[in-house]
Amino acid sequence: MQLTINGESRAVDQAATVAELIDRLGLANRRLAVELNEMIVPRSRHAETALSEGDHIEIVHAIGGG
Amino acid sequence: MSADTRLDRPLTIAGQTFGSRLLVGTGKYRDFDEAGRAVEASGAEIVTVAVRRSNIGQSPDEPSLLDVISPERYTLLPNTAGCFNARDAVRTCQLARELLDGHSLVKLEVLGDEQTLYPNVIETVNAARTLIDDGFSVMVYTSDDPIVAAELESMGCSAVMPLGSLIGSGHGLLNPHSLSLIIEAANVPILVDAGIGTPSDASLAMEMGCDGVLVNSAIAHARQPVMMAGAMRKAVEAGREAWLAERMPRKTYAAEPSSPMAGRISS
Repeated sequence: MQLTINGESRAVDQAATVAELIDRLGLANRRLAVELNEMIVPRSRHAETALSEGDHIEIVHAIGGG
Repeated sequence: MSADTRLDRPLTIAGQTFGSRLLVGTGKYRDFDEAGRAVEASGAEIVTVAVRRSNIGQSPDEPSLLDVISPERYTLLPNTAGCFNARDAVRTCQLARELLDGHSLVKLEVLGDEQTLYPNVIETVNAARTLIDDGFSVMVYTSDDPIVAAELESMGCSAVMPLGSLIGSGHGLLNPHSLSLIIEAANVPILVDAGIGTPSDASLAMEMGCDGVLVNSAIAHARQPVMMAGAMRKAVEAGREAWLAERMPRKTYAAEPSSPMAGRISS
C-alpha cells in the first residue's frame, strides 16, 4: 500500500491500521500525535482506524522550541 | 502602605496561577540535558515546545525532550513556530493537543516572512478565532501594535505577547512606549515574547508592568546557558518587585541630594 507519511511517499506492507503503521515504523510507545488526511486520530482510536491506499499521514512529536 | 499600593497578584493565565513570571523556551540548546538544567535554573513553570514531524526510522531508544521536560512537572506550552498561515497553525495546535493528552493552552504565532519572523497579524487573528472556537486557550504572539493587542484580547485570547524586537535578535525592547500603551489598556496578561537579549531587558519589561516575559535565545545562546537562566530568573523577580515598589519620579536636576545639606562642616 502506498502512503504519504510526513510528506514522503512510502510503500508500507502489513499495516492495515494506524496502530500497526506506528509499530511498523518503530515508533510504538513513543509520545506522538497522528493526523490522517488532515484529521486528528486520537490515540484511543489508533487500533481501529483503518488505512487506505493514498492516505496522507502526519506523525509528530515535541521538540525544543521557543 | 497607602490604599493604592500595587498588589502582588499571582500570574493567572486561562484560570491557572503561576508563581514564576519567566517563561522559557527549549530550542537552540546543545542537548536535552543542557535544556533541562537551564529550564530548572530559570525557575520557569511554563515551558514552550515545538511540534515537528517524527523522524521515521529513528532508533526506538532515541531520547525525547519530554523525558527531560516532563509534562507532569511543567506546564508545557506548545507553539506554532514556523507556521506562515492560519491553517497550518491551527493544525499544529490540534496535533499538540492530541500529543499532550487534551492540554489546550497553546502559544499561537503565525509568521509573516522568513527573514524577520515578524508576525502576520491578519493570519494570527484568523487562527486565534478558529482556535478559541475550538476550545483552545490562546497565548498569542503579536506585533507591538496596541490596537491589534486590544483586538486579540477582545476576541478572547488568554494572554497577549507582543514582541520586544525580532525573534532571536537580542535587541531588547525597541519600542517601550508602544508596550506601555498595550500594558495600560490590557485586561489580560501581557508578556513580552521575543527580543529579550539580557536580564536588564527582562527587568525593564517587568518594571514597566509586563505580567511576564518569554525567553529562549538569550539563555540558550549565552556562553553559559544555565547561569544565564538563573540571571534571568533574578532579573524578572527584581523587575516585578520594582514595578510593585514604584520607581522614584524622574527629575531634571538633582535638586535634592541624598545627604542633607544642613549640618555640613564648612571652612
